[in-house]
Amino acid sequence: MTTETGKCACCEAPSEEQLLAQLDDVLTGYKDVPGALIPVLQIAQGMFGYLPEEALKRIAVALNKPYSEVAGVVSFYSFFTTVPRGKHLVRACLGTACYVRGGKQVLQALKSALGVEVGETTSDRVFSLDVGRCFGACGLAPVIMVDDDVHQSVKPAKVAKILESYRHGPQGNGNGNGEHA
Amino acid sequence: MISLTINNRPVEVPEGSTILHAARQVGIRIPTLCHVEGLQAIGACRVCVVEVEGARNLAASCSMPVTAGMKVFTNTRRVREARRAVVELLLSEHNGDCQTCDRSEDCELQALAAELGIREIAYAGERTRKRIDSSTPALIRDNGKCIRCRRCVAVCVEQQHVGALFPQNRGFETIIGPAFNHDLDSVPCVQCGQCAAICPVGAITEKDQIEEVWKALDDPSRHVIVQTAPAIRAALGECFGYAPGTLVTGKMVAALHQLGFQGVFDTNFAADLTILEEGTELLTRLRRALVDKQPVALPMFTSCSPGWIKFMEYFHPDLLPNLSTCKSPQQMFGAVAKTYYAQKLGKRPEQIFVVSIMPCTAKKFECQRPEMDASGTRDVDVVLTTRELGKMIRAAGIQFGDLADEEMDAPLGLSSGAADIFANTGGVMEAAIRTVYEIVTGHELPMPKLHVREVEGLAGVKEATLPVRGAVPEWSFLEGADLHVAVAHGLSNAQQVISAIKSGRKQYHFVEVMTCPGGCIGGGGQPRFTTNEVRAARIAAIYQEDEGKQLRKSHENPDLKTLYEEFLGQPLGHRSHELLHTCYTPRAKV
Repeated sequence: MTTETGKCACCEAPSEEQLLAQLDDVLTGYKDVPGALIPVLQIAQGMFGYLPEEALKRIAVALNKPYSEVAGVVSFYSFFTTVPRGKHLVRACLGTACYVRGGKQVLQALKSALGVEVGETTSDRVFSLDVGRCFGACGLAPVIMVDDDVHQSVKPAKVAKILESYRHGPQGNGNGNGEHA
Repeated sequence: MISLTINNRPVEVPEGSTILHAARQVGIRIPTLCHVEGLQAIGACRVCVVEVEGARNLAASCSMPVTAGMKVFTNTRRVREARRAVVELLLSEHNGDCQTCDRSEDCELQALAAELGIREIAYAGERTRKRIDSSTPALIRDNGKCIRCRRCVAVCVEQQHVGALFPQNRGFETIIGPAFNHDLDSVPCVQCGQCAAICPVGAITEKDQIEEVWKALDDPSRHVIVQTAPAIRAALGECFGYAPGTLVTGKMVAALHQLGFQGVFDTNFAADLTILEEGTELLTRLRRALVDKQPVALPMFTSCSPGWIKFMEYFHPDLLPNLSTCKSPQQMFGAVAKTYYAQKLGKRPEQIFVVSIMPCTAKKFECQRPEMDASGTRDVDVVLTTRELGKMIRAAGIQFGDLADEEMDAPLGLSSGAADIFANTGGVMEAAIRTVYEIVTGHELPMPKLHVREVEGLAGVKEATLPVRGAVPEWSFLEGADLHVAVAHGLSNAQQVISAIKSGRKQYHFVEVMTCPGGCIGGGGQPRFTTNEVRAARIAAIYQEDEGKQLRKSHENPDLKTLYEEFLGQPLGHRSHELLHTCYTPRAKV
């Protein structure tokens, strides 16, 4: 399991300083590339697990875009986050199909099991909870995603067991965009 | 050419035209809201929808190009209902204080509702959350009133190349504002106020400082004086129903006297002073470069426009040495008023209260810069925009139209025509050339009516070459030289000039930049709305003011000569350096 910059994610995590230096390296390849903003944001979120302010500012400068525009794109897409996430990102789908098949009850079960609200992270930093609006798996509704794994036909009662399998399992990347898993 | 019909009337327009342009050509009105002529046509608000025969959906006329044989209808039941629904939905979210709003008289949303005959709002629902950002000296943002038309984003990004504002978040939660909805003072905003000038509602306005001025006028211990920028006289009339480009200099002076100002003076006087200082600075830089062979920052940029100064501080700190060290005329005036003029009155600087009437919101920021205290106290106390002065005159019950013309007071009221044209793009350059050419050659600028036609007009970037022939001995090193100058207005155009200079594609000696399109006459504090027609009318008025004066050149201003003799010494002299020149502060770009 390696990231784009070649660090082994299983070993000791690099410091934010090191990550920023790596980001600078990545950015040199995207200068003057049209449409680079979203791919670069995805890479950065993959590296940091979230989008820290300093990283966003460096992206704005390197891509020669107003910081307000970078922030606008980050705040538009729910897949981007500016707050640190837990090791695993749990997302309950509330798209139409999942909603009518009980997605809301599944979300409620996740909230109780984790003891957090949507957008929050557990105090042990293992799980973050979010909602999604359709993962393209409507035939399997209701679905939840944990990191890049889709869990189908989820019943509220099954939620705790699913979470348990991650609690002691391999380290996730928590980035939720499937870039570097 | 493309032929089509609108409301069964045949129309012929060039290929690529929009339905809106075609309709305007034949005098058919289509209401618009998010559209900004010459900038964005994003079709976001849907107010301009029309019916196109054969099309399933209504089309946004501002962004839909015409096609041959197209049949457009602008006034069908379907169109009327769609437009009403759009505006009703906007009204249902708009968190306005309509009776007391700054824009209660010229609100476009309100006008649109009236035009469409909306008498009740059919939808009740959540309103946009109110959040007021008053972090900057110049501008107030009220998100509750924002209807997300994005006109401010278009001017901030496209026209001004600043990008302080951008839509944040999504859907109902969308906020037009700085990154992550931080306060405006924490991001690179140049305070030009073009957003406030284009906003259709009261979501962005200048910070109202009228009460501070009333307070000073009521305080008998204060000697309250006022300076008026050259651009005010060609626009203030619009606050009282006059056509754009009506000169109201004499009435403006009369109104200011009636408001109780003890001295009604002219920023133009300081503009003449600027020309002497800046012209001398340019010649000194050229001498050091050409004769002393020293490394000198060229081209030299003008420094009158505080938005432009802040733009350079944020985005091109490496070019700060190229900015003229001259303060703007507003700040030169303040420094001279609280020293020279105060001494004449036997008063201390703190006893003088200087009010500026400016076409500009950035001037509110400029006067609060910490270094603007050459007199030992703040040199300019309060800046009011043209719009604020209009309100103040009305609140005082002054019948502006009935006022008889009055003259500016002495000793800071006399000015040349060269100072008048500081109001418009190309004007500072022309004024400088009138003086510099005469200093160098001993002869008057050999151009009809002293106008440098190449740098006039509304083209975004203008260039001229000034051949120096017949230089007097003191400036003989310039004999045979060709001075290359450029003029840009609107910061995107300025950015273009800077890119050309940095890449080596262009070489100039002197560059004039004004922050706002058209120059100060199109400033962020001017009566709304400033279109290109309005700009052209105001500029024509300014040249009329210039040509109507006997005194056309800054260096011939007799009161200025007295100022140098009695007080300043000489241009770039010790006292000038202390009072009239400044330095700049690099700022972080993000």
